[in-house]
Amino acid sequence: MEIKFSEDTLAVANKIIARYPEGKQKSALIPLLHLAQAEFEGWLSPEAMDYVASLLHIKPIEAYEVASFYSMFNLKPVGKCLIEVCRTSSCWLRGSNEIVEHIEKKLGIKEGETTTDGMFTLKTVECLGSCGTAPMMMIGAQYHENLTYEKVDKVLEQCKTDGSRKTYLDKVVIDKY
Amino acid sequence: MGKKLLLEHDHVPGIQGYEVYRQHGGYQSVEKAVKTMSPEAIVEEVKKSGLRGRGGAGFPTGMKWSFLAKPEGVARYLVCNADESEPGTFKDRYLMSRIPHLLVEGMITSSFALGVNTAFIYIRGEYYYIVRILENAIAEAYANGFLGKNILGSGYNLDLHVQVGAGAYICGEETALLESLEGKRGNPRIKPPFPAIAGLYGCPTVVNNVETIAAVVPIVNQGGDAYAQIGIGKSAGTKLISASGHINKPGVYEIEMGITVEDFIYSDEYCGGIKNGKKLKAVVAGGSSVPILPADKILTLANGEKRLMSYESLSDGGFGGGTMLGSGGFIVMDETTSIVENLFTFARFYHHESCGQCSPCREGTAWMEKILHKIMDGHGTLADIDLLWEIQAKIEGNTICPLGDAAAWPVASAIRHFRSEFEEYVSNPKSVKVVRHYDAMQNA
Amino acid sequence: MAKVTIDGRSIEVPDGTTILQAARMIGPEVAPPTMCYHSKLKTSGGYCRTCLVEVTKGSEKDPRPMPKLVASCRTTVMDGMEVGNQTSPKVIEARKGVVEFLLLNHPLDCPICDQAGECHLQDLSYEHGSSKTRTDFERRTFEKIDIGDKIQLHMTRCILCYRCVKVADQITDGRVHGVLNRGDHSEISTYIEQAVDNDFSGNMIDVCPVGALTDKTFRFKSRVWFTKPVTAHRDCEKCSGKVNLWYKGEEVLRVTGRKDQWGEVEEFICNTCRFDKKNTSDWTLEGPAHISNQSVISANHYEVFKKPTEFKLNDIKPLKIEEGSKS
Ligand SMILES: Cc1cc2nc3c(=O)[nH]c(=O)nc-3n(C[C@H](O)[C@H](O)[C@H](O)COP(=O)(O)O)c2cc1C
Ligand code: SF4
Ligand code: FES
Ligand code: FES
Repeated sequence: MEIKFSEDTLAVANKIIARYPEGKQKSALIPLLHLAQAEFEGWLSPEAMDYVASLLHIKPIEAYEVASFYSMFNLKPVGKCLIEVCRTSSCWLRGSNEIVEHIEKKLGIKEGETTTDGMFTLKTVECLGSCGTAPMMMIGAQYHENLTYEKVDKVLEQCKTDGSRKTYLDKVVIDKY
Repeated sequence: MGKKLLLEHDHVPGIQGYEVYRQHGGYQSVEKAVKTMSPEAIVEEVKKSGLRGRGGAGFPTGMKWSFLAKPEGVARYLVCNADESEPGTFKDRYLMSRIPHLLVEGMITSSFALGVNTAFIYIRGEYYYIVRILENAIAEAYANGFLGKNILGSGYNLDLHVQVGAGAYICGEETALLESLEGKRGNPRIKPPFPAIAGLYGCPTVVNNVETIAAVVPIVNQGGDAYAQIGIGKSAGTKLISASGHINKPGVYEIEMGITVEDFIYSDEYCGGIKNGKKLKAVVAGGSSVPILPADKILTLANGEKRLMSYESLSDGGFGGGTMLGSGGFIVMDETTSIVENLFTFARFYHHESCGQCSPCREGTAWMEKILHKIMDGHGTLADIDLLWEIQAKIEGNTICPLGDAAAWPVASAIRHFRSEFEEYVSNPKSVKVVRHYDAMQNA
Repeated sequence: MAKVTIDGRSIEVPDGTTILQAARMIGPEVAPPTMCYHSKLKTSGGYCRTCLVEVTKGSEKDPRPMPKLVASCRTTVMDGMEVGNQTSPKVIEARKGVVEFLLLNHPLDCPICDQAGECHLQDLSYEHGSSKTRTDFERRTFEKIDIGDKIQLHMTRCILCYRCVKVADQITDGRVHGVLNRGDHSEISTYIEQAVDNDFSGNMIDVCPVGALTDKTFRFKSRVWFTKPVTAHRDCEKCSGKVNLWYKGEEVLRVTGRKDQWGEVEEFICNTCRFDKKNTSDWTLEGPAHISNQSVISANHYEVFKKPTEFKLNDIKPLKIEEGSKS
């Protein structure tokens, strides 16, 4: 795969870069790494990071340093749907452990693993600001809250039927309170 | 019903859009500010209001604003802290996704007061969908002349951008946030200098929480004195509380400060009591970083009076017997809760989120998690409890940023108030259902 | 000018001086130990927390004590400030904690480490730590890797002082290594396999306070304390050419920059001087080098360092601090 933004993405990237004062273009690094991860199969290969660094005229190591610091950047390939289940206190109080176990059983993988068909990767994460609607998981940009086993099953079914890669940049159903 | 200043219209259909927001009094504070007030007058109103930062530290906002350096010819910045990652806290998310224009309006009015021409909202990456909501609201504000050049014909210019993070609790610490905004790792800076002198790009900068910025709107509309009347003593105004855990009605509540903790937990207006009729065991009242308190201590003060939801009352008793209002993340635990296991989730959290710059936090958070893990696994000893205590004491106060303290306090308070539970855990090891490894997916 | 008193001894220093610099001016007896600060590197210091001191009086104007211990390397003095270092029980206690944290994941492989004898961590733990470790968890380990043909990175020993990153940023223009990952997963790395290759890369070795970055051309040739340092210089177009040559018999085993009394490089040298000039005939010799950062090894305290497996959990006995162990 050639590592190069599509014309549309490049336009978005250039708009972001233009936000910052002269000489402070490095500020666009995190937003651009997000664009790259969404466009290049859900993870940041060294080539993808080098490409972003070249757009910002920074050293590649500066991109590696940053990408490896933030937990949302995947430095290894992941499945099309990265399931991120919150494991922190409020979710744990409301059964997040059981949700993780349920998903592990259902998909036949352990936390940290990817299904053989490359569809799902399971990950546990820290509090996502959904503690009042716990337990919760995030797939792409979409929060799935007040989880029950049935709800989890339904969401995973939908992901599978749909078959598309989920990214943080997806347009999502806005939550109702 | 208590007084509402921020969430008064949160359930009005269409309030996310400009038209409806405007019909409900939206953007009046901007009109009033740019047309009838001087920047200094607004800072004065904010001082009078007694507003204190809602991000966790509770620092008086007016005072912070008056510290902002104003050297000639140097840009100044206002950065809104929408990183909201303190476990148990989700009020900013609610506010931004329900009434995005309130934050945008607050940013404009505050920027005008501070003489800022470029402002940023730094939002945690996981809230990417809210980025879109905010960007829509910002576009509407531009279209209606509230942002951009010559706002409402006043000659005042302001550009407002949303900057997205990528998963790092530490970026809520204001100097780490600025580093991240500059495209770097979220390593907190060594202070001084403080952001008010040298912040974003080395320029004078104010960093304020979402709720703090939003509260500027009613303060400018009603006047600082009127705002100061609401609440109790030095805890002026209303506070958004994120309630979660074993309660009947989890959610975000706007409370007038000064209601009793008991009322907040048990009344139907708020949490609606403990789930399944169970008994209250403990509360973490201000987000994961603040000391946990057992039921009797959270409900009543040492002198027998009822504890109130306010900065002062919650911290009454100091660190031994009190806690803090913090970010308002109110986590309720019923009688079935294992304090040890809950603490483990916190310890794992701080270990996961330490930036790693300074040795006490980097090494200490990892060590504490490992010991708690060992205790939960059934291999703990009494000496481990003492060791935990010593480690937290060696971290606290010795680190670059307050994350070290935030990691130490939950451990200290859990052992202080629930030591017997730890002892039981090590002397009578139950096997724990699932014990998960913190780093199975580190950078996967 | 500001007058500052450290452990009861006063000095007048220019405004903007840090507590650490002031203490060093007074003398080694009151100077806090340092691991991450380096006088020749801008913005260094603040990370390791070994130099924490207690400010018992803020200044003449505002005499309130500072609520927390502060990093003396990053805190500037105020007129009338009073500081406790060795005389502050809080400092002694906190420093013991810091040493324990720094050693928590350190392999304690001094017997096979090329830095042994000139390792700041070794000195630090001898003087300020306790000899026993209280962890029975496995230590963090990393594979050792070559970054280029001259430098070896032994990440397991690294204490994340950031000095090598700063040296690359400040005296070279092509930094290819940095700190990756977060928290206790942080590591010094180039991320993708590549050589650190520029004319001044060797200075990374000299600024490393431990044995994480070592000179591959010197590895295992000898223990430091069997070599004789001699100051020497040559005309070099790239650098000052002022070095120390480390001799074993007639043979130059190693060339390094000269270090000051605090173990910090005085002037950075180029790779040609460091790696390519290993004949006595390349140099004008000046005389025996005075190595003031005399390490514990030469003072025969080596037995203190035992392998981690020999420690028993919770068996804590503080080491006695001997006066003048830095003979
Ligand atoms: C580890 C850490 C995390 C923090 N996280 C947040 C956060 O997510 N949101 C926030 O507003 N403040 C957070 N803060 C507090 C900020 O540093 C800062 O005090 C705050 O943004 C100031 O705004 P305020 O005065 O309006 O409260 C955090 C502080 C620390 C030490
Ligand atoms: S206390 Fe922790 S989070 Fe804060 S600077 Fe130190 S290592 Fe980083
Ligand atoms: S604890 Fe899970 S979302 Fe906050
Ligand atoms: S030497 Fe001062 S903190 Fe490391």
